[in-house]
Amino acid sequence: MSSPRRSRFVAAGTGVLALVGYLYACGPAKTSSSMVGATDAPSRVYVAPGTQDEFYAFMSGGFSGQVGVYGLPSGRLLKVIPVFSQNAENGYGYNAETRPLLNTSFGEIPWDDTHHPSLSQTDGMHDGRWLFINANNTPRFARIDLTKFETIETLEVPNTGGNHGSPFVTENTEYVIGATRFSVPIPQKDVAITSFAENFKGTISFVKADEAGKMDVAFQLLVPGFDYDLGRPGKGPSHGWAFFTSYNTEQAYTKLEVNASKNDYDYIAAVNWKTLEACKAAGKSKAWAANYAHNTYDDNRHMASSEMKKSVAVILPADCPGSIYYLPTPKSPHGVDIDPTGEYIVGGGKLATVIPVHSFSKMMKAIEAKAFEKEVEGIPVIKYDQVMAGEVQNPGLGPLHNEFDDKGCAYTSVFITSEIVKWCFSDFKVVDRVPTYYSIGHLLVPGGDTKKPYGKYVVAMNKITKDRFLGTGPELTQSAQLYDITGAKMKLLLDFPTIGEPHYAQAIDAKLIKDKQVKFFKLAENTHPYVARSESETGIARSGKNVHIKMTAIRSHFAPDMVEGVQVGDTVLFHVTNLEQDWDVPHGFAAMGSWSDAELLLMPGQTRTLKWVPKYPGVYPFYCTDFCSALHQEMQGYVRVAPSGRAVALQTSTKARPAVPAGEQ
Amino acid sequence: MLSLRARLALVASAALLGMMYILPIWQVSLAAPQYPEGLGMQIWLNTITGIKPNDLDNINNLNHYIGMKRIVPESIPELRLMPAIVGVLVAFAAAAAATKNRKLATLFVVAFVALALAGLVDFYRWEYDYGHNLDLENAIIKIPGMSYQPPLIGSKQLLNFTASSWPAAGGVAAFAALLLGILALRIDRAPRVSARDAIAVPLGTATV
Repeated sequence: MSSPRRSRFVAAGTGVLALVGYLYACGPAKTSSSMVGATDAPSRVYVAPGTQDEFYAFMSGGFSGQVGVYGLPSGRLLKVIPVFSQNAENGYGYNAETRPLLNTSFGEIPWDDTHHPSLSQTDGMHDGRWLFINANNTPRFARIDLTKFETIETLEVPNTGGNHGSPFVTENTEYVIGATRFSVPIPQKDVAITSFAENFKGTISFVKADEAGKMDVAFQLLVPGFDYDLGRPGKGPSHGWAFFTSYNTEQAYTKLEVNASKNDYDYIAAVNWKTLEACKAAGKSKAWAANYAHNTYDDNRHMASSEMKKSVAVILPADCPGSIYYLPTPKSPHGVDIDPTGEYIVGGGKLATVIPVHSFSKMMKAIEAKAFEKEVEGIPVIKYDQVMAGEVQNPGLGPLHNEFDDKGCAYTSVFITSEIVKWCFSDFKVVDRVPTYYSIGHLLVPGGDTKKPYGKYVVAMNKITKDRFLGTGPELTQSAQLYDITGAKMKLLLDFPTIGEPHYAQAIDAKLIKDKQVKFFKLAENTHPYVARSESETGIARSGKNVHIKMTAIRSHFAPDMVEGVQVGDTVLFHVTNLEQDWDVPHGFAAMGSWSDAELLLMPGQTRTLKWVPKYPGVYPFYCTDFCSALHQEMQGYVRVAPSGRAVALQTSTKARPAVPAGEQ
Repeated sequence: MLSLRARLALVASAALLGMMYILPIWQVSLAAPQYPEGLGMQIWLNTITGIKPNDLDNINNLNHYIGMKRIVPESIPELRLMPAIVGVLVAFAAAAAATKNRKLATLFVVAFVALALAGLVDFYRWEYDYGHNLDLENAIIKIPGMSYQPPLIGSKQLLNFTASSWPAAGGVAAFAALLLGILALRIDRAPRVSARDAIAVPLGTATV
């Protein structure tokens, strides 16, 4: 080997080594530059024992069907609120009191997929009254009462396939909005799937939301059969409008990943709901036959009930001119977000190389000037250059969603390149970017969808976590990451795991909620049909094959705690009332061999029913499952089950004892 | 004959006594780690209530562990008598002020002191009874030699609770009413009082 050749070889080798070294140096360096100094980050997220978090964060549980409540900045999980899935932990969706909340036109459904929590607003600001969340699979809305952190109302949405673009609230919680992610035959009918273009339609729904217990589909706009993905109502000057992204304007019905990604532009639909209100008032809507459930929970009866609605108001765009326009938006936009001023409509072209930003004021001028490039099924399409305010260049690959701070800047989640990109409305230029671990979906800034965001933190919600936490087999947790955004550079402060898949989340100043908490339910106001407000009201009664036991729970005993007279073939209904009238004293109730229901968790003053169907003769224990007091272990009882047909007199321990004076607990 | 100032003091004394009808007289509060929000009861002229709406029931629920009787205001006879007793005292003070009768005023103060002492003794006896006469048959927690009498005034540790007993606003008003009654009797002894003041004031000034 000659000397020149060797030196070339050495040089090349050195070059490769240098390159490898550079790459290695680059990775960690990039990471550490986004980290706060080791001494700083812990103090920013450390909520000392005995102190409380500054914000409540409400994160969708995704495929868990629930809502996770976390404190920020600590990332501590405070509660899982059962919404669209049965929750064995407290019996939600198993007992007679809560099952009606899961009722639909398909019957009771034990599971759904929640995506987007949305806090109620007054004048464009979070007011801390309610949280709304959507069910994507069997389209529904839910209202959660933030004085109790319990689901109090659910509403099915007819004429919808995949309730994804919801339930974002309008500025004064007039409506929560909804859109059909999957177009379907509307009304449903048996047709060939290949007849998609002819038979499939979409709907955009406005659900009246300003009064608890009175959610209702106010009207639905029938739209072309695209996929409507996400939506946001306008605010300030754009109040009265709502904006929805659409993709699959190709109207593909198979292999959508390719066939729905062909067009360079899809649309953001700008929908004027005030115009729709006026059209409905003028009799331009049609009452279409429908079948959908509206379920409400009564605080005094401690029980939900379900009613079926049979009609819905549908408006056709042709009957209500000026109610909808399309804004061309690059490449299958996913998110659409409105900035705090209400002027900018920011798309998230998930396959686009730019972030398109539309201007509301330009849109209004273009509508006035009829600057339309064409019509799609009668809906005017505004010329792109007439509505576009700017395009953010080099945002990374796969921009999805935007939240905003209090300084005129936006934070965009970028899925494929796993990063948050910060840019400002002053010049539409990227000013900072920070990696996320990994594959960020939505993100949140506390108050980020209001007129005045807090601009303190941004939280990334990641789909993939790989090496970020201790491994747990094939299924890994998903995660949230908290970043400081008070300075010029975003700084990673904390990783924390989440329940289910947190799609979107919203956070609210804790002051707006924490002092309004219900501590117990007043026994005197309990009107449950089987309530026992004192031990003297307990009892046992047979009605055919059903045996009703009115029972009470108080530290540290059940009354009655001995039950006889039940036979195999009977259904025993334990109606248990928690007599406690103090904060944080729940009792639990479970009976051996309970194969159809989960346990009961009874809040103070509340009544719940456990359905218990004994299979074999014998004597079976029941007990308190929530460690309630020093004598919790003694809080137990027995139920005797005779063979089928062998009559044993109905008898309980409370009936055997001398009567307890009324008013005595 | 009572002077105008003495009569005014008696009227004020009667008015302060009247406050006992609208303000709690005594307060017993219980502090324990698992009750950061506090727990306690207030004794009024004619009833006993919780400081928070359900405190009395919750105290009764806790007391069942040690076999203590339930505190049921309706079954405490003193609570039926006290409004009338205070009414009589108010009438005495008002009558003394109206008639300028010094003997009536003296009678008012003497009766007041006697009834206040009787009240405190009765309260002590009541506390002793609740704290000692326990239903040991049905008590869940039994600690040999332990009784649960709350302090007459001040604080005391009872198992996991620190029990504190202090006059409440109505009790303070009653104490002020008694002082005003005594003052009314003393103001009238003008020569001796002013002679003493004549000495006290310069002395006081000198001290300052």
